[in-house]
Amino acid sequence: MKLVTVAGPPSSGKTAVILKALAHLQREGRRVGVVKFDCLSSHDADLFRTADIPVITGLSGNFCPDHYFITNIEDCAAWGRRLDLDLLVSESAGLCNRCAPHIRGHLAVCVLDHLAGVHTPRKIGPMLKTADVVLVTKGDIVSQAEREVFAFRVRQVNARARLLFVNGITGQGSWELSRLFDGAPDDAPLTGGRLRFSVPAAVCSYCLGETEIGEDHQHGTVRKIQIEEASRV
Amino acid sequence: MSDARNPCDPSVGPPLAGGPQLIGETAGRQAAALQESAGLRPSNDSPLNDSRCDEFLLLNRLPARAAHRTLRAWWDAQTWDFRTESGWDYERLAEGLAAFLSANEAVAGVPLLRSLEVRRGRDKDGQPEKFDLFFKPGDVVCLVGPTGAGKSRLLADIECLAQGDTPTGRTVLLDGCAPDPDSRFTGEGKIVAQITQNMNFVMDLAVAEFLRMHAESRALAAPEAAMQRVLEAAIRMAGEPFGPETPLTQLSGGQSRALMIADAAFLSPKPVVLIDEIENAGVDRTRALEFFVDQGKIVLLSTHDPLLALSGARRLVIRNGAVQMVIEPSPQEEANRLHLAALDRRLAGLRERIRLGGRLDEPWETLLGVGTNAIEQQPLSPGTSRANLGSQ
Ligand SMILES: Nc1nc2c(ncn2[C@@H]2O[C@H](COP(=O)(O)OP(=O)(O)O)[C@@H](O)[C@H]2O)c(=O)[nH]1
Ligand SMILES: [Mg+2]
Ligand SMILES: [Zn+2]
Ligand SMILES: [Zn+2]
Repeated sequence: MKLVTVAGPPSSGKTAVILKALAHLQREGRRVGVVKFDCLSSHDADLFRTADIPVITGLSGNFCPDHYFITNIEDCAAWGRRLDLDLLVSESAGLCNRCAPHIRGHLAVCVLDHLAGVHTPRKIGPMLKTADVVLVTKGDIVSQAEREVFAFRVRQVNARARLLFVNGITGQGSWELSRLFDGAPDDAPLTGGRLRFSVPAAVCSYCLGETEIGEDHQHGTVRKIQIEEASRV
Repeated sequence: MSDARNPCDPSVGPPLAGGPQLIGETAGRQAAALQESAGLRPSNDSPLNDSRCDEFLLLNRLPARAAHRTLRAWWDAQTWDFRTESGWDYERLAEGLAAFLSANEAVAGVPLLRSLEVRRGRDKDGQPEKFDLFFKPGDVVCLVGPTGAGKSRLLADIECLAQGDTPTGRTVLLDGCAPDPDSRFTGEGKIVAQITQNMNFVMDLAVAEFLRMHAESRALAAPEAAMQRVLEAAIRMAGEPFGPETPLTQLSGGQSRALMIADAAFLSPKPVVLIDEIENAGVDRTRALEFFVDQGKIVLLSTHDPLLALSGARRLVIRNGAVQMVIEPSPQEEANRLHLAALDRRLAGLRERIRLGGRLDEPWETLLGVGTNAIEQQPLSPGTSRANLGSQ
């Protein structure tokens, strides 16, 4: 079974393009499944089920969705193997730009959309920098020029990745994506494998659900902002 | 279909090399890429000695370079706090810098396209298509047919450089050869620039700033001159003037369409331009086509506008998922095109009058000039060529 990690900001079009690409593979008789990682709630599962794609949803609640992902992905992969899947796609929203769910040896995909603006590639962290494939969606509503500038900006932070323009509504580019999914490494080991980028070193009380503000409530590893005092005249 | 006239180097492989081979190759490269990203590559020191490097530091909000000439020297000069807590380590920094610098090299060389061929596939009933299509730089070809007839499918086949592996079974050849399999799977490898009615500028920038940004991404030798050319062309097409300081988001529909067209003609590296229904955009369409033709683009127009349709070197009639007919304009159509162009200019004049608060209260004959001999000769462009068609 191939495992592909797909990550990208919320509403960038992950579900839409995964659906389009998997439809091509289903037509070719491949068995495909999805595991959706989200924070609080997700309606994506309904969309996948409607398309006859088995899906499990994992809600990370208080955890960084990427941390939650890495502690659960093995179980999900085992589920996929029980279903005898050829391909399991993991979708996660990468809310925390500090982390990335990409695993060494497994195809890693990052989804960005043009509407987020041409500065986006420089703001997204390891999720983009460590990806093998970068998908850019919503090219149907911005100018060709903006698409070209966007591509250049992506290149500036990740020169290695394949960059594909995909349309989540018309499916343009999704066939190419399905070829990349199909060519992903098969049965790469997961247990004992490694994330491409380390998760944060810090665990603080807020990571664990603290909500009150104030020095008294700050435990664990805490990092303080350094503020230079402006000299008064 | 025979490969007898395939001029490709045998090492490239036959143009109809099937899907599996392609997928195998792609998978191979992909696996190599994965391998590469799996382990840290040996981190030799990188030079850090020019303005591009300074820009990299600035963009990543990193401390500026002082007297350091290498990345390692710069890194070692940073405080321990910075090195442990900035979220960077030396390897990632070196990789980041390398990516940043190589983005510029990647855009430098733009491949020239001498011909684009679409070898026939099959229609929705599986019947063979009747035509092979051949396009060369400067061709303007119109696609006509009702919605759902298969126009988008043909455009999609060209966009993804189909190799007999799409539902139509068509095969696309560039300069007579099957495209490099890898280029099908990267945005940069794509040969098509698209302009449609739904596209807008979403960037919050002034026209000049934006054009500079695009020129910069092309690593052009003379970005200012290129910018100027786009701006002038756009203003000439748009009718209503705008300046370099106008914010993109304040451009009218016609102005932004004109800017997109001029930009695609002069700044985009893509050799094929696909234009989807720009008829009522308030742009001088004849002029727009001239710009593309002059720049040697292959223009595919999806349109039912009579003037645009007759401006093409030919029209592909698409029905039931295949090209059913290829129409070359007759001498009568050619003559009618000049009438339509005159009519178009008249209408543009009326639009301008309305815009300026004027009235249209002349008698019909003088208002539109129909029946008068007001048709100036305005050939599309001397460069416009009629491309040959494949054998039926
Ligand atoms: N115009 C346009 N809309 C898109 C495209 N891709 C996705 N969308 C829309 O963007 C919204 C968010 O997409 P979704 O797949 O749910 O994003 P996700 O949160 O990343 O999974 C949906 O309304 C999609 O229909 C695209 O290429 N073009
Ligand atoms: Mg989703
Ligand atoms: Zn995180
Ligand atoms: Zn925390």
